[in-house]
This record gives sequence, C-alpha cells and structure tokens, in this order.
Amino acid sequence: MSLSLDEVKRIALLARIAVSEGEAAAARDQLNGIFAMIEAMQKVDTAGVEPMAHAQDVMLRLREDEVTEPDRHALFQSVAPQVQDGLYLVPKVIE
Amino acid sequence: MQWETVIGLEVHAQLSTRSKIFSGASTAFGAAPNTQACAVDIALPGVLPVLNRGAVERAIRFGLAIGAKVNRTSIFARKNYFYPDLPKGYQISQYEQPIVEGGAIRIVTRGGEKTVRLTRAHLEEDAGKSLHEDFHGMSGIDLNRAGTPLLEIVSEPDMRSSEEAVAYARALHALVRWIDICDGNMQEGSLRADANVSVRPLGSDVLGTRCEIKNLNSFRFLERAIEYEVRRQIGIIEDGGRIVQETRLYDPDRDETRSMRSKEEAHDYRYFPDPDLLPLAVSEKWIDEVRAGLPELPEAKRARYEREWGLPAYDALTLTASRELASYFEDVVGAGIEPKLAANWVMGDVAAALNRSDLDIAASPVSSAALAGLLARIRDNTISGKIAKDVFDAMWAGEGGADEIIEKRGLRQITDASAIEKLVDDVLAANPKSVEEFRAGKEKAFNALVGQVMKASRGKANPAAVNELLKKKLAG
Amino acid sequence: MSLENSSLRELAAALAAKQLSSVELTQRFLDRIAAANPALNAFVTTDPERSLAQARAADARRARGDATPLTGIPIAHKDIWCAKGWRTTCGSRMLANFASPYDAHVVERFDAAGAVLLGKCNMDEFAMGSSNETSWFGPVKNPWNPAFVPGGSSGGSAAAVAARLAPAATGTDTGGSIRQPAALCGISGLKPTYGVVSRYGMIAFASSLDQGGPFAKSAEDLALLLNAMAGFDARDSTSLDRAPEDYTRLLAAPVPGAPADRPLAGLRIGLPRQYFGAGLAPDVAEAVETALAELRRLGAATSEVDLPASDLAVPAYYVIAPAEASSNLSRFDGVRYGHRAAEYGDLVDMYCRSRAEGFGAEVKRRILIGTYVLSHGYYDAYYLKAQKIRRLIAEDYARAFAQVDVIAGPTSPTVAFEFGAKTADPVQMYLNDIYTIPANLAGLPGLSIPAGFGAGGLPVGLQLVGNYFDEARMLAIAHQYQHVTDWHRRAPAGY
Ligand SMILES: [Mg+2]
Ligand SMILES: [Zn+2]
Repeated sequence: MSLSLDEVKRIALLARIAVSEGEAAAARDQLNGIFAMIEAMQKVDTAGVEPMAHAQDVMLRLREDEVTEPDRHALFQSVAPQVQDGLYLVPKVIE
Repeated sequence: MQWETVIGLEVHAQLSTRSKIFSGASTAFGAAPNTQACAVDIALPGVLPVLNRGAVERAIRFGLAIGAKVNRTSIFARKNYFYPDLPKGYQISQYEQPIVEGGAIRIVTRGGEKTVRLTRAHLEEDAGKSLHEDFHGMSGIDLNRAGTPLLEIVSEPDMRSSEEAVAYARALHALVRWIDICDGNMQEGSLRADANVSVRPLGSDVLGTRCEIKNLNSFRFLERAIEYEVRRQIGIIEDGGRIVQETRLYDPDRDETRSMRSKEEAHDYRYFPDPDLLPLAVSEKWIDEVRAGLPELPEAKRARYEREWGLPAYDALTLTASRELASYFEDVVGAGIEPKLAANWVMGDVAAALNRSDLDIAASPVSSAALAGLLARIRDNTISGKIAKDVFDAMWAGEGGADEIIEKRGLRQITDASAIEKLVDDVLAANPKSVEEFRAGKEKAFNALVGQVMKASRGKANPAAVNELLKKKLAG
Repeated sequence: MSLENSSLRELAAALAAKQLSSVELTQRFLDRIAAANPALNAFVTTDPERSLAQARAADARRARGDATPLTGIPIAHKDIWCAKGWRTTCGSRMLANFASPYDAHVVERFDAAGAVLLGKCNMDEFAMGSSNETSWFGPVKNPWNPAFVPGGSSGGSAAAVAARLAPAATGTDTGGSIRQPAALCGISGLKPTYGVVSRYGMIAFASSLDQGGPFAKSAEDLALLLNAMAGFDARDSTSLDRAPEDYTRLLAAPVPGAPADRPLAGLRIGLPRQYFGAGLAPDVAEAVETALAELRRLGAATSEVDLPASDLAVPAYYVIAPAEASSNLSRFDGVRYGHRAAEYGDLVDMYCRSRAEGFGAEVKRRILIGTYVLSHGYYDAYYLKAQKIRRLIAEDYARAFAQVDVIAGPTSPTVAFEFGAKTADPVQMYLNDIYTIPANLAGLPGLSIPAGFGAGGLPVGLQLVGNYFDEARMLAIAHQYQHVTDWHRRAPAGY
C-alpha cells in the first residue's frame, strides 16, 4: 500500500494538524517508508488469534459512587489560554 | 403513492449517580461553570478514568427491566473527534461489546399495543456544554456536565409514526424513573432523544435513506420534528429528488429540521478499545443481587391489577404510569377500599386536582391514607358519592380529614326513614305538576322529584332511600 | 568515596549518621547540575528553592526519627511526571509553560518517603524517540561523549545519573525508553511489570505499554527505588492490586541453596536466538557474550530460546503505540491548557495551528500514523492485526518461561550513535528498540545494566527480561553480577 498526498491531508485534518503542501509531501514519503516496515505483519497468519488489547489479563476494578472531588476550577484555569466568567473560551462553535 | 414512515430512536438517559462515570466529581445540576469539572473531567495531562460502580449497576437494572441480555463482559472504547465540549478529544463509550443487548418495550397507542425491540444499551460519558452568548465572538465552554454517566438506549427501527415514537419515548421515560436509574427531568436534559427517520413506499421491505435528528429534549419536539422530517422527505422524493443521509437539528422556534454543518465533514471516529480501561466483568452474583433489588415492574403490575383486582386494562395501564402513582393507588386499596372504587377516584378526582395544581402524586395534599378515609365513608353510607366530592375538595384545600369535615359541615347522610318520609311528603305536596306528569308516563318527572328531595336535604338524604320511598308513594 | 559516586544505601547511612544533611547533599547536586547542565542539557527545570525546602523538611523529619531509606535523598524526575507547582513539559512546546496543578502517584510516593525532588529531566517529546533529539528543549548529550546521543526517551534522566548529577532518577518505558538510555549511558534501569507502577500523573504516550521505573547506578539502588515507586493506586484502572513487596529481599542470596561462590547455581537463563543474529553490532555482541560468561561463572546455566514472533514486534509496536498516542494526544487542543496559536481563524483552524505549532515533527508523524491505522477501512488490517501479533509475542515468552527463569541479551543493537545519524530515516531510529519493545508488548519486566564498553569507549547494556512480577529475582541476578564486575562503578571522564 502507499499513501497519497490527499490521504495524508485527510488524516492531518482528522488529527487537527495543519500541514503545508511541502510538509504533506515529506510526511507522505516518511509514512510510506514506515508502512513498508509495518507491512511485514501481513506475512504472518493470525487466524484464530485473540487480539491482545491489554498487557495484563485482568478485569476492570470499579469505584464506589462517591463524590470525592472538590471545586478547583480557579487552580485549573490558572493554566488555561483564555477564560472568562469561569468558562473556557474558544472560537465560536457552529452547530 | 402511500408512504410508510420508519423510525428508530437513540435515547440518552443521564444516570442518577452522585458522582461522574469516570471521576469523583459531582453530577448535581446547575452549579456555576466548571466548578464540578475535576482534573479527570477537564482531561489534565496524566489523569486516568476509573469506572463508577453505580453507573454499571443502573445499566444492569435497565437490562433486567427490559428482558435484555446483560453481557458478562463488555468493553469500553474511545470515539475520537475534536470538539471543545469533549476535553479528551474522545468520548469513552461502548462500541463492539455493549453492556446490554436486546430486550423490548411495550407501548400503547390509539392503534393498540405494540412491542418495540431494543438493539442495545451502552454506557458512555456525557460531553460538556458550549455557551454561545457573545463572549466577543467566542463560545464559552462549561465542562460541569462532561463525564456525567449516560445510558444510550438504541431501538430497532420498529416505530411507524410519530405517535408510536412518542409512546415509546414516554414508556422509556416512565421505565427509567420506575427503576430509579434516571430522574427523567427533560428540561435539564436528563433524557434526550435522537430520531432516525426514513420513509418508504407502503408495502416495501427495503429501508429508505435515513436522517438522524438530534437534540430532541421534549416529547412535543420529538413529535413535531418527526412530522416535519417525514413531510420533508416525502416532498423531496415525490419531486424526484433523493434523500441524503445526514445529521439534522430540530429548531423548535421555526418548527423545522436543518442540516448540521459541523457534522457534515466526513466523520471517522476511529473507535478502538480504551487502553486505560480493562474489560468490564458483570458476575452472575451481581446480576442476581440487582434483580432481587428491582421493584415490581409496570408490566407485572398491570397484569396483576387486571388478574387479581379485576381492573379494566385501561385502568391498569393508567395506574402504572409511574411507580409513585401505582404505590399511591395500592396504598388506598391496602387500606381496605375496593380496587375499582379506588381506581375511579385516583384516576378521576385525584388526577384532576393534581393536574389543576400542577403537582406530582408524591406531593398530593390528600394522602393515600386520607383518600382511603374518605372512600370508607362512602362505603359505609355516611356520605354519598356526590357529597364525597365536596369533602374531597375541602380536604384538598387543607380543611382536615374526611370525618372532621363531615362532622364540621354536618354532611352526614340522612338515613332515618321518618326524616326522609317528611321530606318526600313535603316535595310531593309542593310539586303537584310533576306528580301529574309522572303519572301521565313521563319518567323524567321522577328524576326531577328525586332532585327536589335531595335539594331539600341539602344533598344529605340517602339517594337510594329517597328513590325507594318516592316510588312507593307515587305508586300508592 | 565521593558523594556523587555513593550508592543510595551509603547516602542514607551518611544522612542517618548525621555526617551530612539533606540540604548539603541537595546543594551538592544542585551545584553539579549548575556546572554541567549547560553542556549536557539533561535537566529542563530546576528550582533550587523548592528542592532545598524539601531537603530542610527531610532533615527535620529525620531529626524527628521517622526517616525512610529515601528520606533526604535527591531524586530527578523525567519531565513526564506531573509534579504540583513544577513546570511539567513532557519535552514539548505544547506544555512549555504548563505548571502542573497536581502530583503524579509516583511523585506523591517519593514525597511520602521524604525524597527531595531535584529537578525535571529532559526527554524526547511526549516520550517519542530513542535519541533525545526530539525534545523542544534541545538534545541531551551523552556524558561519555557529547557528540553521541544518550538514548531515549528518558535520555535526560539517564544522562543525569551517568554524569552523577543525581543519585537516581525516574523514567518511563513504552518501547525501551528506560532500558535503552540506561544502556547507552552506562547505568542501570528497570522497567517493571505493566501495572506495578501507577500511571496516574504520568503524561500518557501509549497507555497499554507505558510503565514508569527507576534509573540508578546499581541494581541494589533500583530495588530501593522500586520499593518507593511500586504500589497499588486506585486512580489508575490498570494498577494491579497486589500485596506490597520488598524488592531488595533477594539481593543477598538469589538462588536458595546455591554455594557462596556460585550464587546463581540452578538459575536457567534463556538466550533468544532472535537477539543474537544479524543487526547486532559485533562490539555489543562481544560485551554481552563476556557478561553471559560471567553469569555462567556465577553458576547460571544458559540455553537458547526461541521467540519467533519477536521479529514482528517493531511493526506491531509502530501500529499500537501510535494508535494509542494519536488518541491520547488529542487532549492537547489549546483549549484548557497548553499552547494555543497566536493567530487563527475559526475553531478548526485554532486546533490545527495550535497542534501544528505545539507538536514537533516526530510527534506529528506518530499521530498521523496512529490516526491512519485506526481510520475507517484500515482498522482490521493494522490495529487488529498488530494486537494479534502482540498476543503471539506474549505467547512466545510464556513458552520460553516454561523452560528458563529469565531471558538475557543485548539491550540495544549498537552503542550510542552520533547526533543526526538516524534522524533522516525514522525506520532506522525505530529499529533501535528492536530488543526492548517485545517486553513492553507482553507487559513483562525488563532491566538493563552496564556490561562493558564497545566502539568509541561507549557503554554496552545487558538486558534481562523476567516473567511477570519477577523484578526481585531479576534485581538479585543483576546485583550478583555487579558484585563481581565494576562496570556500574565507572563514571564518564570529567564527571
Ligand atoms: Mg449515538
Ligand atoms: Zn451516545
């Protein structure tokens, strides 16, 4: 397989990363090199093999339904790029 | 051409946990912006999700209540997309292995009863809110709601009209409140529906292209949005056009649906199992415990009211509209009142009074015990059913219990035969014309005479005794 | 013996004997950092006031008589761990001004033990790299030769310990990021079993692979550090709820019943065929063979084992890790913290520019790979396939551990390489982790200890991979080896 320039631009937009034409072309060549290496996986027959999503074969632990977190928005918002009246500001959201 | 509408609903119910699904922040509604958004909710670097047992338990309750399969293992996945109200850039949801699969809900419409099948119900987290008031042309983000547990309940496309869709949504609304997993407060967004709507020629078994209408947070909007959307789709097809699969937003002010620009961009959610969350196991033991803690479900109650108490299907359905209503009714019956009498009063005077005062049954000024006290006075002939209505109104107005009001107002029924005879004689003497008409075969005249006697007794004479005595005197 | 060459146990003994205070010890290392860091670039942030305040508190605690073995000992943290009030950058422009409002579990644990936070160490951006060339704050130099890389991604931590700028440091290891820099800098480093050290407060790269661990001069020090770092944390759903263990408990006598001169008698060491083939540099092979001979002299028996799927570990890793990373790094969107572009148009433009500016080339490259392999139509061919290969790799190890107690081999195929040598070809860079990645995929513990020197006088690392939760035994083996060798005592010239 081989990625096209348009595919690189499509995934860059999906990933919300601005890329110039030059960057997209360079990324395409590098990604194609990497995918050529990754392609080795396809040689192996993995029929019937259970995918492994976690390093340990353990089930999820649950927490009790208790409120444990106090209001710390002033501290949290001290590192925010732009806030007003306790709200995070972003360019207008259009639905 | 005759068209058939095909509707499936995705309903998001906020689960009534104290804390969020993956964090210990409060879920209480209405707090100042971001004061209930903790480190996990705002997705600080390095924080991790830990699942709330209460959310899982509520999902199990729902699964059991609709006769679904509760999966012993389910998987949390990430649904990836960028949106300012989604702090992590992904929503933790369930994708390939949801906690609940299958099940069904019965609905009743003018067309009769019908079963709507459910596809699945899965756990996920809610997003925050974008506020669009003018912040110098920007939007403000409040993440208090981010991480509130949701159960997304997905139906099969089994509904054929907006009426059925609303009946289904109402049934779901009643059920989630019944089993105490969601407060059902639609103004606060506790229950929100997305409708998948398509049309096809009547008789066809191929599904048409569907549109998903988002943001339906009232039964009325659900109904209006579907009706508008059906008209829109039929119009397009009849004009030779084609339906484009898309997400649409219902605008209640204009009563129409419109395409959502932000969702137009081809979305590719890149679902994959969340590496921060291991598979969720639900043991047989846990399911048994949850089952044992479930209240009697509306279905079972309806059947029991009909079978054991001989109530008509309509009454049984009405009285099981909510758990509070059913328990009020059962308390009245439990105090020794015949079920049908109790049903008539609960569905009649009580419901009407609640409606007038815009109150819930739980807040009724006349308690179930007080109502039972009143109805007992009808049964033992202390008062007539008609007088009872006045007593009820006085009770509603807070004037005291039934006996107190009956005594205070001297409403005790006149059952003494000689006293009634005196009244009858006076009325007969004063109304010779009516007596004559009755004798000439006018049945109506008899009723007028009964009315006069009752009036003369200020309603307190026992109507049966009056009837009997009048008949005897007129015959004599 | 100089303070900077002392072991943690020696420092603790000196503190206990009141031969020095934590303030003096901390100041000594702060002075060393001030002198050497401009050239090495191992630290991104130091805050002497804050560190010395902690040192004073540690001295007071010791005076009260409730000191732990780490009370008053300065520890450097990889800048991936959130520490309250400390700038926490993850080596990225994205977080260049991010003061963490909270502490990672590991930071809390060291605080609870009374350790002093000496500073935050440079690292490859978001832990993506094997050479420390991807940091926004510039490359870290290898103390053995500043023209060479220190390895990565925990290169700053490794260089700091190697140059004796810190007695010990923390790191994280997603595909070798503790073991490989430990090898390239000639120190000891341990990646524990996945789930032993909480990931809470560690900025995520690839959640199912990331694991924190210690760097130190010796295996004995690693054991002491792991005692502090390991432990159940309810805030990390993948943290394992196990009884606490003392990782130093087997250091004295690893194999029960073995004679004193052959303390490893009865130990079975597996040598993976795949780790000694083409691609392994001759100088590294020679040093590792010498180390294995030493282990045999100590009584261990070596035999070949087969890990056939390990050839596919790098391809599978470069699907799984970028996939998880692409999602983990979505939170860096310029809304709640981190870099926001100065100029932008609409919301999408704000996202795209902030992320394009905030992330460096390698991070962007991996986000693109991850986005692609998860995208519609490619999931099965890449992500699911990689997860199946991951299972095969774990099964290979399970079979091997039925025959042997521990697996040994080189940590890295070469000694440290020169800056820029592999930057043009990402695949060449990725292949650097060929021997370390399989243990991450399986979730197994691995460590690297100094095992001599190769070309250019640069250090070589010997890697041990153990079965799940076998850290104590691995540390004991390493400790026995360090008893009879002195590679771990060698400091780079000038330090
Ligand atoms: Mg949905
Ligand atoms: Zn949903």
